[in-house]
Amino acid sequence: MSDLQAAVAAGVLGAEEGYRSLLQATVEVARAIFFAHASSVFMLDEEQDELVFEAVAGEGAGNLLGRRFPSSTGIAGWVLVTRQPLVVDDVAADTRFSREAADSTGYVPKSVMAVPLLVEERSLGVLEVLDRRADARITLAEVDLLGLFANQAAIALDLLQRGRRARGVLEGSAELAALARVAARIESVDASERAAALQLLAALERLI
Amino acid sequence: MSVLAHASSGEELPAWSLPAEASGRIRLPVAWPERVTREWAWGGSTGAGVRVCVLDSGVEQAHPLVGSLARSVAVLREEGELRVVDDDEGDLCGHGTACAGIIRAIAPDCELTSARVLGAGYTGGGEILLAGLAWAVEQGFDIVNMSLSTTKRNFVERLHELADRAYFRRTILVASAHNMPVESFPWRFASVISVGSHEESDPLAFYYNPSPPVEFFARGVDLDVPWLGGATLRSTGNSFATPHITGIAALVLAKHRDLTPFQLKSVLLLTATNAGGEA
Repeated sequence: MSDLQAAVAAGVLGAEEGYRSLLQATVEVARAIFFAHASSVFMLDEEQDELVFEAVAGEGAGNLLGRRFPSSTGIAGWVLVTRQPLVVDDVAADTRFSREAADSTGYVPKSVMAVPLLVEERSLGVLEVLDRRADARITLAEVDLLGLFANQAAIALDLLQRGRRARGVLEGSAELAALARVAARIESVDASERAAALQLLAALERLI
Repeated sequence: MSVLAHASSGEELPAWSLPAEASGRIRLPVAWPERVTREWAWGGSTGAGVRVCVLDSGVEQAHPLVGSLARSVAVLREEGELRVVDDDEGDLCGHGTACAGIIRAIAPDCELTSARVLGAGYTGGGEILLAGLAWAVEQGFDIVNMSLSTTKRNFVERLHELADRAYFRRTILVASAHNMPVESFPWRFASVISVGSHEESDPLAFYYNPSPPVEFFARGVDLDVPWLGGATLRSTGNSFATPHITGIAALVLAKHRDLTPFQLKSVLLLTATNAGGEA
């Protein structure tokens, strides 16, 4: 996305809160569907090579947002690098994971379902469901269901990132910020004003 | 019983065409039975003599369910260049150890080598994966287990080239498929054997899928796999179905050393559970 496109996009895209709510709703539903103790979305910060808690439902919802850890550690990290969904049913048996989880979240799950968040060719992060109701062995249908949630979470995360990138561009340029305001304004005015504004833009386009 | 012909190695082979007088030179060494059974395919085999490379997160040395490794290497970035170096870090997460243990359980006498391509962080991972695969193909392993994939399109052409090179050099790539709505590689290439999961608990039950790209389904749900610290972990994922096919392929290759990847895939089809194969 060019800076100009980003500026226009930032003008017409909704507020970050909208996409954050969508992401939050996804983890809430994932948690409910699997009768799980908690569910989270981790976003990959490629620059820092870290995973960041971007949405949390259930255990840890109050204090984990924004928490970071290296991108290739923990079950989330391994799902990210292998691009493969993974379900582990007795995490506590593995002391290394238990310790890592306890250090970073204060909560040691017994089971983890983790799935990569993929949009086109990019890996954006990981969706995890912790301690689902374990009254039966896991089925492939559940793994597929997790994949569907991952798809939804990936789209929400992608929108969130695009919005942030677009707004980031605006912060560095007053001219682009003005362009974004114009785009936002055109979006919000009534039909006749919009038609006039678009005519003006078309004339400007011919001119340049 | 029909006996197909084959060219003994070392003879000059016609590369692009087959003149009439040369047809006798491409005799095939394998005598195929009327019906290819599991008994014929791998009965009595332990995988001895077959060299398997686990391209993954490393493998824990001396895990009781993995046993000894022939060699352990890692692809590392040193001074901006990727190098394959001997490595004693073991496994950074357990994923590679799990895969190695599954292969070992099926083919107890195969020779296992670990090539660590995961664990050095996310960024640059694609290049490291490619370098590791190039090394494994160059080393002439019989089978390379790849319970991983990449979605990066700019690696696809080189990955494709490597998969074809492996195919023609008789190195069999066994790669995990996944059920996500995106394209990832190398499992989608026709030159590799791609594997998804079934829900049964028999480690030797596997199915041929008549609707590719996923070609085979093997055990991948709710199984105990070796993990770090000599432990085991109950896990689910195509990552663990893949080494089941790798192990079975090792059994077959140990008994029938001259099979090409094409022939081996045919044997897997003919011995698949849904093709009448039975233990």
